[in-house]
Amino acid sequence: MTTRLSADQDLVRHLSEVSVSVELQTPDMTLNIGPQHPSTHGVLRLVATVDGERAFNVQPVIGYMHRGYEKLAEVRTYPQITTLVNRIDWVSGYANEVPFIIAAERLLGVEVPERAQFIRLILTEMARIASHLVFNASYPLELGAATPLFFALRERERVLDLLESVTGGRFHPNFNRIGGVKPAQGAGSATRKVIQDLPRGFLAETRAAMDKVLSTVNELEALVAGNEIILARTKGIGLIPPETAAAYGMSGPNLRASGVGFDLRKVSDYLPYTQFDFRVPTGANGDCWDRWWVRLEETRQSASIIQQAIDSIPSGPLLAKVPKIIKIPKGEIYVRAENPKGEMGYYLVSDGGLGPYRLKIRSASFSNLSILPWILEGALIPDIIAIMGSLDFVLGDVDR
Amino acid sequence: MNFWLELAIKLVVAAGIIPVVGMVIGFAEMKLSAKMQSRMGPYFAGGRWGWAQLIADGVKFFQKEDLIPADADRPVFKWAPALVLASTVAILVPIPFGPQVVGRNLDLGIFYALAVSSLSTIGVLMAGWSSANKYSLIGGLRAAGQLIAYELPLVLAVVGVVILAGTMSLNGIVEAQASWFSERGWQFGLPFVIVQFIGFGIFMIATLAELSRIPFDMPIAESELVMGYVTEYSGFRFLFFFLAEFANMFSLSAIAATLFLGGYWVPGLSQPQLNFVGPIVLFAKIGVLVFAMIWFRWTFPRFREDQLQAIAWKWLIPLSLANILATGLLKVVV
Repeated sequence: MTTRLSADQDLVRHLSEVSVSVELQTPDMTLNIGPQHPSTHGVLRLVATVDGERAFNVQPVIGYMHRGYEKLAEVRTYPQITTLVNRIDWVSGYANEVPFIIAAERLLGVEVPERAQFIRLILTEMARIASHLVFNASYPLELGAATPLFFALRERERVLDLLESVTGGRFHPNFNRIGGVKPAQGAGSATRKVIQDLPRGFLAETRAAMDKVLSTVNELEALVAGNEIILARTKGIGLIPPETAAAYGMSGPNLRASGVGFDLRKVSDYLPYTQFDFRVPTGANGDCWDRWWVRLEETRQSASIIQQAIDSIPSGPLLAKVPKIIKIPKGEIYVRAENPKGEMGYYLVSDGGLGPYRLKIRSASFSNLSILPWILEGALIPDIIAIMGSLDFVLGDVDR
Repeated sequence: MNFWLELAIKLVVAAGIIPVVGMVIGFAEMKLSAKMQSRMGPYFAGGRWGWAQLIADGVKFFQKEDLIPADADRPVFKWAPALVLASTVAILVPIPFGPQVVGRNLDLGIFYALAVSSLSTIGVLMAGWSSANKYSLIGGLRAAGQLIAYELPLVLAVVGVVILAGTMSLNGIVEAQASWFSERGWQFGLPFVIVQFIGFGIFMIATLAELSRIPFDMPIAESELVMGYVTEYSGFRFLFFFLAEFANMFSLSAIAATLFLGGYWVPGLSQPQLNFVGPIVLFAKIGVLVFAMIWFRWTFPRFREDQLQAIAWKWLIPLSLANILATGLLKVVV
């Protein structure tokens, strides 16, 4: 009798211990940030495993914006492809066209007139200003300040209006032709000899607009950099050491914010940048603040490059002599350029036909995004937004 | 006057004042933010200045479907907005708009007002919990964390005023400011903000946190938590939260104006005159405070939750304790 009782007591003790160990289990909470979320810049999805406010594992899920441009390019002719590629990074559409067109021209062996190269350079820098102004608008908004948005977007509108006045498109200019740029005035007639140049007054207006851009950048700096809360939210947050940035293949302002002064405009000759005097701003720590500051400073440098280019633009034709039907000889080439989001490259393989055999697009945002799991590990939810915003990616540029 | 008649009048006035004040402040926010951002703001509704925009918005909300998520805790979800709005109305009870123009002159008026103002956080927590949405839950918990951090400085900042006035009745506090120095028939009044400027600053910061407005809007945090605890609300329940935010701005500003800026009192007017002029004076003082809140809203970014806690515990609470000590010494010495 007594032994049975003690056995029961053992069982009771055992059961109570079992139930305690079951009760103490806490399942992790999985928080889906996106694909529909106010600050994922489109349709990025982050699967965050969170413990309260802290996320200890964040996995980005991409592909919601995949439009198959690499495949589509294989069934288009060369002149048609610019309409596709300027939709990759739609915030700076013009800049996407340039490396592709240069790749095609180099394979074809066409010498581009100098005036056309200068115009490409001016418009690329205008696209860079537009892109960086969008960043300057959206980043404070992600930190909770709504007003800088309006200052930055108003100025971007001025730049986009000018882009529109010369190319006809705000976002998707489609202005490059193989051998130069599209003659803007009176084009389209095959029988009449037409004047091939930019609209009258465009260069002077652009030069004046750059002064306004510079003053707006100063305003933005006073509004944002003078704010203690912004400093508290961005300084020391999302630190990326230079080696890590390079290891993840980051490029552009994100790499330069980590202190690596690498800029393709200085080392490559895809456009005549070497003729102008400009600085490559680099950050000291590689935190969110540095990424913000580098983009602000680059906007200033771009405005200065545009003014220098307008002052020294040569005259001449806009388009080289190219055949009516463009067939590019067999061969392959890789051309890369310093785009607003970072390094953008096109690997173009031609088998001698009307369109490319293969077009591999290396987009900046895709590589910049790859650091997210590393950098978001252990971040607080507000910092996830702050870090993600500071990387300045566009989902069209990630998924293509 | 008949008690029941008086009660009926007070109820009608309170029921009218909340939507009207909410709409006026909402409209002011729209127009002021537009001004700060080089925009026009509402322009078409009503013909001139878009004055009917908020009415149109309100009507729009009533036309919307009242969506309740399938997994929601239905009764809690339904009652949360009502609780938030109810606390806003309840704060109005002890606020004096004139010597006799007061809902109820409570002996523990300020104590009561601060207590019921915290009630809205329970509504927020209910909304966050019952929505069956992770963003709402995080938003609700942030609101709760904020409440714990900010109730203390809010109450401690008021202690200085109570020491100076020697009463917790809001009428008494206004009268104490009106007759701060009284010598040989001479009455010389000053608002308490003159010596309680630290307390005033702490009270306003804590009020912003209590209202969860920028820079302390982490429970809503549009860019992080979509809309926080209001994410799942639609239709007139959303309108309740919307209205409660603006009405809460009004009622908490009214408390701040009463405690620190002299309430309905202006120099040189007798008590009967103040019964008529008092409401206008108080509204003007509230207007200044509400303007400042709107101004902050469109100027500052948002803090992080841990930074907010650090500010509350490392700065505001020690500062307010020091303020109480200094006020006590002042009271004893002077």
